[in-house]
Amino acid sequence: MRENNRALEIGTGLFVLLGFAALLFLTTQLPTNGIKLAVAPKGYTVKASFDNVGDLKGGSPVTMAGVRIGVVQGIGFDPKNYKAVVSMRLEPQFNQIPDDSFASIQTQGLLGGKYVGISPGGSDTYLKDGGRIEQTQSALVLENLINKFFASYANKSDKGEEPKK
Amino acid sequence: MNTALTEVLFTRNLRKLGAITVFCFRMLAQCAPALGRPALIINQIYNAGARSLIIIMLSGLFVGMVLALQGFDLLQRFGSEDALGIAAALALLKELTPVITALLFAGRAGTSLTSEIGLMRATDQLTAMRMMAVDPLRYVAAPRFMGGVIAMPLLAAVFSIVGLFGAQLVGVQMMGVDRGSFWSQMQGAVGLKDVMEGVVKSLVFGFACSLIAVYEGYYAEPTAAGVGLATTRTVVASSVLILLLDYVLTACFL
Repeated sequence: MRENNRALEIGTGLFVLLGFAALLFLTTQLPTNGIKLAVAPKGYTVKASFDNVGDLKGGSPVTMAGVRIGVVQGIGFDPKNYKAVVSMRLEPQFNQIPDDSFASIQTQGLLGGKYVGISPGGSDTYLKDGGRIEQTQSALVLENLINKFFASYANKSDKGEEPKK
Repeated sequence: MNTALTEVLFTRNLRKLGAITVFCFRMLAQCAPALGRPALIINQIYNAGARSLIIIMLSGLFVGMVLALQGFDLLQRFGSEDALGIAAALALLKELTPVITALLFAGRAGTSLTSEIGLMRATDQLTAMRMMAVDPLRYVAAPRFMGGVIAMPLLAAVFSIVGLFGAQLVGVQMMGVDRGSFWSQMQGAVGLKDVMEGVVKSLVFGFACSLIAVYEGYYAEPTAAGVGLATTRTVVASSVLILLLDYVLTACFL
């Protein structure tokens, strides 16, 4: 009887433990404001400053010629020049990226998330751990484009001209 | 309308609703004293929870996998496969997990509760307890009810995790969605509120399913056929109530 009870209690204990572990995972790991326990992937880190990162997030892919070469590790803010600093973790086998490469923030598909695309430069020296990509292009914000379009349209109509395409 | 028909359609159901409510409050009153015998409750958590774990995990895995297949097919048309993580997580956490867990729970644990208590009723065990001044509500009904209410949210959480794993198995490993996008977009879109919605739903479903199962068993007709009928009624009533409550709860949360 005692042994029987023991098996039952161990079974129940395992179940309750598993259930609470699952609840803990759901409440801490999934939500945006949760505590993340992500392990840093292998490779080296480079940084780049952008005027606007749009809705780029930690974990978004970093690609070169459309092939994934790393992941966005974190996004910080540089209060001196009001820019967003994106740190990217690149995989160790992609260690021959010229240090004058060009990083831009692009959108996957129509509704997809943002990612960082890197186009290679022509330099003979390569990016190293802690390196910095100087040339960057911000995320395209659709509202800004529309505003610009309407602003130029309005300017032209004021002068009595037909807007040109 | 024919008076006999009115009796069947209206008065009998109204009476049953009242009886369940009365039973619910009488049992809830016995829940606090039942805590004095935790071994009974642990036993029921084991019966309702730990022994349902395999079926819950297997179902969760396949629900997550099919969700990823369908989600991928749909999102691909808009070129936004990376939103698969969001779609799978929100669908699982808010709707599929609480509802499917509760339906499985009603079928797996609810039926066994009803038939067990019903058989106790049929073999006069409940009457015998009362003659020995042992309240069957406290020693039979309340621990089973509490075990069900405690087990349900835990089962649902396990279902969610296994479901997410299944979704990432199909989405990332088979369909080639980027792993980083899958998780980062999911984390970007899922709030604590969405997780809580699932937990509250599964608590409410656990309450409803356990109450119906215990009630039907407790007031089962004390014959073999009566216990069988009571078991059927448990599954039917629980399933309908789950779907109905799900709509009401979703409307409350939105």
